[in-house]
Amino acid sequence: MSDATIDTAQRVLPAADAPASPAPGYWKSVSQRLARDPVTIAVSLVLIGILFITIGAPLVTNADPYAGSVLARLKPIGTPGHWLGTDETGRDLWTRLCYGGRLSLLAAVLPVTIALFVGGFLGILAGYSGGWINTAIMRTMDVFYAFPSILLAVAICGMLGNGLTNSILALGVVFIPPMVRVAETVTTQSRNLDFVEAARASGTTTLQIIRHHVLANVLGPILVYATSLISVSIILSAGLSFLGLGVTPPEPEWGLMLNSLRQAIYVQPYVAALPGVMIFVTSMCFNLMSDGLRSAMDVRLNK
Amino acid sequence: MLVFALRRLLQAIPILLGVSLVVFGLVHIAPGNPIDMLMPPEASPEIVAQMKAAYGFDKPLYMQYLLWLLRAVRGDFGLSVFNAAPVWGQLVTALENTFILAILGAALGFALGILTGLIAALYHGRWPDKVASAIATAGVSLPHYWCAIVLVLVFAVFHDWLPAQGMGDDSLPIWQRLDFLVLPVVTLSLIPMGVIGRLVRATVLDILGQDFVGALSAKGLTRWPVLRHIIKNAAPPVLALMGLQFGYLLGGSILVETVFNWPGSGNLLNLAIFRRDIPVLQATILVLATFFVLLNLMVDIAQAAIDPRIRR
Amino acid sequence: MSAAMKLDPRDRGGPAQPLLSVEGLKKYFPVRGGLLNRQVATVQAVDDVSFSVRKGETLGIVGESGCGKSTTARLLMRLMDPDSGSIVFDGDPVGERAGITVNEMRRQMQMVFQDSYTSLNPRMTMAESIAYAPRMHGTPRKEAFDRAETLLAQVGLNPRQYARRYPHELSGGQRQRVNIARALALEPRLVILDEAVAALDKSVEAQVLNLLGDLKSRFNLTYLFISHDLNVVEYMSDRVMVMYLGRVVETGPVEQIYRKPRHPYTRALFASKPTLDPDRRTTEMPLTGDPPNPINPPSGCRFRTRCAFAQAVCAEKPPPLAAPLDGETAEGAPHLVACHLPEAQAAMGVSAHA
Repeated sequence: MSDATIDTAQRVLPAADAPASPAPGYWKSVSQRLARDPVTIAVSLVLIGILFITIGAPLVTNADPYAGSVLARLKPIGTPGHWLGTDETGRDLWTRLCYGGRLSLLAAVLPVTIALFVGGFLGILAGYSGGWINTAIMRTMDVFYAFPSILLAVAICGMLGNGLTNSILALGVVFIPPMVRVAETVTTQSRNLDFVEAARASGTTTLQIIRHHVLANVLGPILVYATSLISVSIILSAGLSFLGLGVTPPEPEWGLMLNSLRQAIYVQPYVAALPGVMIFVTSMCFNLMSDGLRSAMDVRLNK
Repeated sequence: MLVFALRRLLQAIPILLGVSLVVFGLVHIAPGNPIDMLMPPEASPEIVAQMKAAYGFDKPLYMQYLLWLLRAVRGDFGLSVFNAAPVWGQLVTALENTFILAILGAALGFALGILTGLIAALYHGRWPDKVASAIATAGVSLPHYWCAIVLVLVFAVFHDWLPAQGMGDDSLPIWQRLDFLVLPVVTLSLIPMGVIGRLVRATVLDILGQDFVGALSAKGLTRWPVLRHIIKNAAPPVLALMGLQFGYLLGGSILVETVFNWPGSGNLLNLAIFRRDIPVLQATILVLATFFVLLNLMVDIAQAAIDPRIRR
Repeated sequence: MSAAMKLDPRDRGGPAQPLLSVEGLKKYFPVRGGLLNRQVATVQAVDDVSFSVRKGETLGIVGESGCGKSTTARLLMRLMDPDSGSIVFDGDPVGERAGITVNEMRRQMQMVFQDSYTSLNPRMTMAESIAYAPRMHGTPRKEAFDRAETLLAQVGLNPRQYARRYPHELSGGQRQRVNIARALALEPRLVILDEAVAALDKSVEAQVLNLLGDLKSRFNLTYLFISHDLNVVEYMSDRVMVMYLGRVVETGPVEQIYRKPRHPYTRALFASKPTLDPDRRTTEMPLTGDPPNPINPPSGCRFRTRCAFAQAVCAEKPPPLAAPLDGETAEGAPHLVACHLPEAQAAMGVSAHA
């Protein structure tokens, strides 16, 4: 019986309609696009390099980041044994940069992760529920939106006291509202699409709909936004430490190092500027990653 | 239009109230008693009780909030814990200084941003685009406090061209102290330049790709009139973002002001945090946030005035 | 209607009981505005709509845009909740304690939407989309996918070629076939086709319509066919229901409605069909008066502002849907008209065909 139908189909539909081979899955094609973009490849390599020297710091240096000798204070770049110089208490700068990267990256990535989960959840909830739940969540977010990010981060961190956890918490709070906004917008858009209505019409539960239809559409934009948020987070978290509100000495951290080396700019200007280079490079990489991710996803959708 | 403006105004009121709640609440999330922050640890219990009553800490929380809010609306933020001078006066002076920086920084940043964005868009795909886009992206990714340090390095350390800190001699009028302005303003202009540059590029590219531009060119219009059309269409979102960026410069100047020791509201905030000067802290955050909300409000109304599609 | 109609094992009341019976359906939408975004008016999208659908028939619903047909479809599927009114499926009230739940109804009633592209999740393959609903209802994965492939074949798409494709790789007609397959995945008894062929090219439309006809007899389906295209409705339907501004104005067997329409609006609708016949030249405007405002519909009979026969009684009370006043009835399905005036009903107008 079905064979006859297939024959009918092949008579009715012109052969030109039939494509040659099946297309790959959505996420696989996104990664294919990413792999072909030279900028993304370059940036990924740099990021992998940074991750390597920070997480694998003991592998690239055997000096102690906390041990310094007053005799070896503020040596310039190229000093034998300290190829990037030393800081104001004589600690090897290269070592401090490598170990410092751990805390800097942690302080940058954790708040965004918090915002991704909390903000994403609230945004999807607000977007899918609509009504008073939506209003309550979005208006609350509006209040936090009323503060410029730096101001809010400084205010919260200033009141809670300094330290890595407080800095992460403060930045997490700062990043949740924009994440909620992005998630809510996309969820509201997906919710009104016909295929979601069709799913509802066939009796699927809300949770299943969110899991299979809404989430896939929301995940893309949220991830792109989170990546760009990391680049901001690096600058903000280092900035908080720069002000003395984040990581405390003697922990190595790029922002903190930048601050403590400020007095040294008259003595060893190049060494004093080094931590900022790390912050800049890392932030730039995440920014370019985010751009690459966005175009890899956009073109696919607009096809 | 009027209805839209009034409605936005009404919507701003609960937000402002929420902001004041957050600012008030901030003080109370700090570990420890607020009074402990104001008093030396060896103060006797009677003096502590006196100070509590004077500051109103003995009253229930919502009473404290209401009293504080009512006084704040009239500009009375009490006395600074650090130097016993009225908070309002210090804040106003500091705000004026920040305002100078913010206006100039915004002007420079916007001008450069529009330039880079236009170049990038009009030479899309060729090398000017890549260069201009790189500049704009760098503007957004650069930690501006680090740029401040680098600029100080180049202009004050390596060569003695510009002063590294402060506002100069107060007795001199501002236009004789312009050299103090240069470095902070340039630093502040970096992020707006980057942000506006990227938006202008994206918006102009988007407009260029639309059919009506092709139609205009086909009608025989030469370059300039088409450019005018493009600008008219690109203006609303860019102007809105400019308003936002100005707000960020006003409210987020703390890092740059710290590096240059510029006596503005950001610097005041920094000092207040480290001195635990609660009245100054609350006043500064509240005023800066209120500014931001009102600025957003004006931007929204201005946008709706230009683009009728926005008014619901 | 096929002569030898097998009874579905889920059948409850036999051939005489209507499969779907709708009574007094109402849906008003608030219009907000002003300073505090209060409700300033209502759009009376669906107002007191009642009809029934018999087992094995195709009921066509026609009307202009804004007449409430799509809203009615969504109310039937309970994608929106009606403000009042009842829906009875094969004798069981839907959504009430004494009857069946909305979910149970949805297992037996499905819908095909107009836009074939947005009806499908762009990130799911065709087989995944079709198998989705059965899997959500508990069918094991392998079985659901096997069924999906069978359905693809039954709607005329080779499963070996199409099962793993994405929506953007198919043409409109192919996608609509997939949508039909998806609707059939839960083995419904009633399928609502909401402008299902409106977006397709004419040749493709013909193929899909024929497919629908095949499927109907093979699977013993009942159709609710919503369209604004009068020719298509005539081709597909056994009975037709004409809607105007949220109300039903006429309903009856397709031949009667098309041959001798009783309601002035129905006549005007047919008269506005363009024709190539040189003997039938349009000399007058079929409809006069201003297009109606759904926010502020005319009182009484909603069509009266554009009706050549309107009189005082038309403004006072809405006409009930009743048998034609000239007494002419045919055997079989009743012909109902919502008009107060015998002369309006009896007027000779242009019929749907010569």
